[in-house]
Amino acid sequence: MSYVAIADQHAHLHDPQTFITKYVWSQDHKVIAIQYMATAMAIGVVAIALSILMRLQLGFPGTFHFINPSNYYQFVSMHGMIMVIYLLTALFLGGFGNYLIPLMCGARDMVFPYLNMLSYWVYLLAVLVLVASFFVPGGPTGAGWTLYPPQAILAGTPGADWGITLMLVSLVIFIVGFTMGGLNYVVTVLQARCRGMTLMRMPLSIWGIFMATILALLAFPALLVSSIMMALDNHLGTSFFMPALVSLGQETVHKGGSPLLFQHLFWFFGHPEVYIVALPAFGIVSDLISTHARRHIFGYRMMVWAILAIGILSFVVWAHHMYVSGMNPYFGFFFATTTLIIAIPTALKVYNWVLTLWRGDVHLTVPMLFAIGFVFTFINGGLTGLFLGNVTVDVPLSDTMFVVAHFHMVMGVSPVLVVCGALYHWYPKMTGRMMDDRLGRLHFWLTLVGTYAIFLPMHYLGILGVPRRYFALGDTYFVPDSVHSMNAAISIAAMIVAAAQLIFIFNMLWSLRHGKPAGGNPWRATTLEWQTPETPPRHGNWGPELPVVYRWAYEYGAPGNREDFVPQNEPPTTQTAVAVGHGRNVG
Amino acid sequence: MNLVVATVALVAGLLVWWMAARRLTSRSWEGQGTFDGRDAAELHSAPAPARVGLWVLLAVVTSFFALFMTAYFMRMSPEPVQGVGLRDWRPVAEPSILWFNTLLLLAGSVGMQVASTALRRWRFTLAAWGLAAGGAFALAFLLGQWFAWRQLHAAGLYAAANPANAFFFVLTGLHALHLLGGLVVWARALTRMARGRTTLEAVRLSVELCTVYWHYLLAVWVVLFGLLLVT
Repeated sequence: MSYVAIADQHAHLHDPQTFITKYVWSQDHKVIAIQYMATAMAIGVVAIALSILMRLQLGFPGTFHFINPSNYYQFVSMHGMIMVIYLLTALFLGGFGNYLIPLMCGARDMVFPYLNMLSYWVYLLAVLVLVASFFVPGGPTGAGWTLYPPQAILAGTPGADWGITLMLVSLVIFIVGFTMGGLNYVVTVLQARCRGMTLMRMPLSIWGIFMATILALLAFPALLVSSIMMALDNHLGTSFFMPALVSLGQETVHKGGSPLLFQHLFWFFGHPEVYIVALPAFGIVSDLISTHARRHIFGYRMMVWAILAIGILSFVVWAHHMYVSGMNPYFGFFFATTTLIIAIPTALKVYNWVLTLWRGDVHLTVPMLFAIGFVFTFINGGLTGLFLGNVTVDVPLSDTMFVVAHFHMVMGVSPVLVVCGALYHWYPKMTGRMMDDRLGRLHFWLTLVGTYAIFLPMHYLGILGVPRRYFALGDTYFVPDSVHSMNAAISIAAMIVAAAQLIFIFNMLWSLRHGKPAGGNPWRATTLEWQTPETPPRHGNWGPELPVVYRWAYEYGAPGNREDFVPQNEPPTTQTAVAVGHGRNVG
Repeated sequence: MNLVVATVALVAGLLVWWMAARRLTSRSWEGQGTFDGRDAAELHSAPAPARVGLWVLLAVVTSFFALFMTAYFMRMSPEPVQGVGLRDWRPVAEPSILWFNTLLLLAGSVGMQVASTALRRWRFTLAAWGLAAGGAFALAFLLGQWFAWRQLHAAGLYAAANPANAFFFVLTGLHALHLLGGLVVWARALTRMARGRTTLEAVRLSVELCTVYWHYLLAVWVVLFGLLLVT
């Protein structure tokens, strides 16, 4: 059995007949992708609203009486958890992974369509359980997104009765659902590529999503293990993580547990998680830059190897989140070293993006603006990472606003810029219409300038020693008055950025009906998803015949062609063969 | 976390080997064409997606159990806090029925192996018996585990009493859950075969996949049981 046959399985393609099988219980990867995206964005809006509530308190303490310390911790915790797992992970892998893998690899669908459908519905269940925790007695957990024991399950922490349980249950459900989807993504990439699509001809988007899926499959079990053990500590009175302690004047039933054990397990998941979000962003941004700069990606092979190297290294840096948890200094040295080593393949990628832009025929389209915004922001966030990766610099900066600014730049704003760019880029393929260009530019500039107005000053607050997670700063001698006005300014910027996202959502909905018709390949791109016979692609993607791939994904600006690009599936003519035969040095 | 680092190293090694095998050094920007000549050899040996899917799933489950065992070791000898070690670990005296259970699980694995070998030799009756026996022994194993738990419970060794007990219940419980999941698939394969409304190739594949899964869970059990015995 060849993989051509696997890519072309007709037996698996139950043709949808009714409205329900077509749009609700659909097994079509494109519909599932859009379901994932819509759900992730909906819960993302909740997370944005929570961050605004948080900023209202920080910017104008004492003004809003409906925000008390308990609420505040709940807002912080749920904002973090939703953004990292339920929005970004689900959107990149469930959303873009589902949409792009079969189309870019030239398959008719995922290899296990039924499992794929199940994956979405299980994800939706996880989201619903999470949302339910807002409506139970005591509200959602306020333990911080890291859910550190012992405080996560002690009485007195907001949500200790119901919230934490629902949080852990929701995570377990999410991981089960993700595993179903993840198996699909990996096996589809390995087994169902069309004829001629060798691994080294895959677009970098697929490489990024593929590697991120492998990371997620291996790292999420750590979160699963810690969730199970914490649930048992909470409900059966075991002592995996819970030490002996006195809580609210009462001795608890626990003794001897190790909170540090939880931290190790959590960050063994938590650090790869950063790259689970970053690698798809790296891949997608490479394709955006290459397409809109009309130039082959610089150093394709290096880009692939860097993705693999980052993936492997990301498993041996987790304890840099725990420098102040009390660890052997030699461990600290080891983890600082690995952390700095991972900067090498990452920097290599940044150089290659910049070199791709260099002397390219840069079209400042909206996706390209977001891609450049990403490179810019990622460099900023990456540089502060060098500060925090060094133990001696990290110790005084730990638990200050500097850390908040760093990780929002590097894994908050950067991936979100890619998500936006990618949506502007692939929206025409998904709907057949272009999004409005002026609204897109307005959205871009408000978002980019706005996020810098939020997070750049936050670094300075952190250096002054302003702590994170505090409900109110009160009268603290090292916090000058200017900090309070800065906090107010940051909050106003945050509200403007949140409002700008409404423009984005409006644009998406409005363009569904009123956007300019896009045609099949509006960006004149080479990759397979733009070469489908219909736009949006129909069930089965390719009509009667699967595409055949003749070249890599970055044939832009080659001399001697009719157009400045050659699609991957265009049969070679003698002319293009000669042009390529000249052997431009691109590796 | 030594165990985890070792696992990661193993995965990294496999990845590098796979890279080498897949020619990730090729200069894809130079050539044109479909590479049919070279691909043909590779393509004919491409395994069925379900088989690859199972192996990926086993990698995930391995990561899951490896992390649990790491937690086991770390909890067993917690780092001394300010010079005071927390020596609260009281090893469990494993019920002797576990030895018998191990034999049951082994018998289940043998049954499955018989079934898939018989299918390859066109001996369908033997295959059906083997498949039925494989599942039945697995069920008997689960029943045996249940008895082991009852024994511990009767002896007052509750999960909350000691971390060693807690780990015993969690590890055996999660192993049993994985086996239960396997039994669902097994039941589907059995009914399919009984109704005969499927192709030989499909039956062969599902029996083979069940066999791999059974062997894998046997291996996990042997490692877990060994760990519980020596600590």
